[in-house]
Amino acid sequence: MQAEAALGRVGLWFGVLIISLILAATARDTGFAAHATIIAIVAFVLMWMSAARFDPMKKAQGFFRMPEGLSRYDDDPVRWGVLATMFWAIVGLLAGVFIASQLAFPQLNFQPYFNFGRVRPLHTSAVIFAFGGNILIASSFYVVQRTCRAQLAFPSLARFVFWGYQLFIVLAASGYLFGVTQSREYAEPEWYVDLWLTIVWVAYLIVFVGTLARRTEPHIYVANWFYLSFIITIAMLHIINNLAVPVALNGSLSFSAFAGVQDALTQWWYGHNAVAFFLTVPFLAMMYYFVPKQAERPVYSYRLSIIHFWSLIFLYIWAGPHHLHYTALPDWAQTLGMVFSVILWMPSWGGMINGLMTLNGAWDKVRADPIIRMMVMALAFYGMATFEGPMLSIKAVNSLSHYTDWTIGHVHSGALGWNGLISFAAVYFLVPRLWGRERMYSLRMINWHFWLATLGIVFYAASMWVAGITQGLMWREYGLDGYLVNSFAETVAALHELYIIRAVGGVMYLSGALIMGYNVWMTIAGKLREEAPMGAMPDYDPDKDRPIVRPATPEPAE
Amino acid sequence: MNLYDQFRHFADSYGLVALLVLFLGLCLWVFRPGAKQQNREVARSILKDEEIEGRGDDQ
Repeated sequence: MQAEAALGRVGLWFGVLIISLILAATARDTGFAAHATIIAIVAFVLMWMSAARFDPMKKAQGFFRMPEGLSRYDDDPVRWGVLATMFWAIVGLLAGVFIASQLAFPQLNFQPYFNFGRVRPLHTSAVIFAFGGNILIASSFYVVQRTCRAQLAFPSLARFVFWGYQLFIVLAASGYLFGVTQSREYAEPEWYVDLWLTIVWVAYLIVFVGTLARRTEPHIYVANWFYLSFIITIAMLHIINNLAVPVALNGSLSFSAFAGVQDALTQWWYGHNAVAFFLTVPFLAMMYYFVPKQAERPVYSYRLSIIHFWSLIFLYIWAGPHHLHYTALPDWAQTLGMVFSVILWMPSWGGMINGLMTLNGAWDKVRADPIIRMMVMALAFYGMATFEGPMLSIKAVNSLSHYTDWTIGHVHSGALGWNGLISFAAVYFLVPRLWGRERMYSLRMINWHFWLATLGIVFYAASMWVAGITQGLMWREYGLDGYLVNSFAETVAALHELYIIRAVGGVMYLSGALIMGYNVWMTIAGKLREEAPMGAMPDYDPDKDRPIVRPATPEPAE
Repeated sequence: MNLYDQFRHFADSYGLVALLVLFLGLCLWVFRPGAKQQNREVARSILKDEEIEGRGDDQ
């Protein structure tokens, strides 16, 4: 029976291997051939693993560490997810520093595989989907189990979600370097990679909802509402935005189902809701679980968290048109996008205040606990980005800021400040718990990470504000003769120093992440660094802590 | 009226009112009598012991 099962699996992977090899041999373009080769390698490894098993289930439990019984939380996918988060964070930030340097020093464009046009989507996808996506999947698996007090449902499907998502990342990233792209912002992978992600994502939904259905707690904690809306909405956005017709089944090229302004609106309906339901809502789920846990106090207002949730759900989906101000999109649609973006300011700040006020009465923790400090800074950047966003969406402001580096600065104060810092804080929370350690290897290194990251963002955002406004003003400057004063190349040359400052900010942020990588590594290795505790009182000397006794008779003045 | 206009008319009238009422209803629902105690309990629920058995992971 077991041998038959093993044989069946070998046969299945052998079939996949043969199909991949045929596709690789007959592919219409090299990118598709490279991807078919990657799939063939994966199939070969899985075939070899299946064949090496005498007892398939036992081996599967060995490598994939399937849980035995229901009395323990199933944390192995969470552990792998945390390690993958760390790895992809460093890859994605490194790619970011590289392209920032390319903008300052164009000689760094190595043709064709490492030019700006190909590495830039590698950077955005690596930080959003690989770094962000992995911490979201890992933290959602952790949080849903704890808040439902139930083991993760469908353990084999949960493992498929993790590994399937890594395969998606590898296919997407390698595709960009080979020039495989459908040129849709934050949705560059081509049709077959999109189909694969859809399968993985449905599996993710099944695991998450299955765990919710198993819960022993009567109420579903609000963090899970945020996670669930993220999973459902991303599925909807991903499918509609990627509706396309492939030219051939053995080639990567496809054409969008939409055309013209409809296509543009579909892309930004997706693009802005990727910001909303990938980079905001599930990170708020992390905030609503990890901030109360780390502060050891319940969230400031549970009622406000629910209003925050429904407001984001009902408002965010309409904000996308603000990416298409002054384009062929009808004016009413632009105004609609602008109005909803401005309204969004209120629930966003409600959520920020809810997170910050959770520390009410325990503000001393900001001094003593660098993880709390990181969470507070993340919330501060959430507040800043959600103020700047509505402001930039106002048409009059947008006419200056659109297409300039101001947008890039805005995105990064949100991504580095809010998403990055809250994710790092979650990893610092999770690592000692997942590997059964007393604490992180070094709290002072977390403090170093905090300051390097914060200063890095300040350099990044400040230089991009100046660059963006410079660019915007230079582009719109008319002379008395009615002609534009500046050529485009002149506006680029004016930004050189600012681009260098931006790259320096990126290096600082990256070095913080490298310190974190070392800290996580040493924690997992089981080491504890000997260091002075943070936020401790200075040495106390009881001899000095007493009143000065004056002499009984005053001495005469000289 | 073609299909687009019919959809558009519905979205501008009944659809809009229905979504607004649903949104306000969901926001007001948390203010219903008796919700306060439940909210307080749920907010505290995540701070109870973590593991299903044995190994608590809070220091």
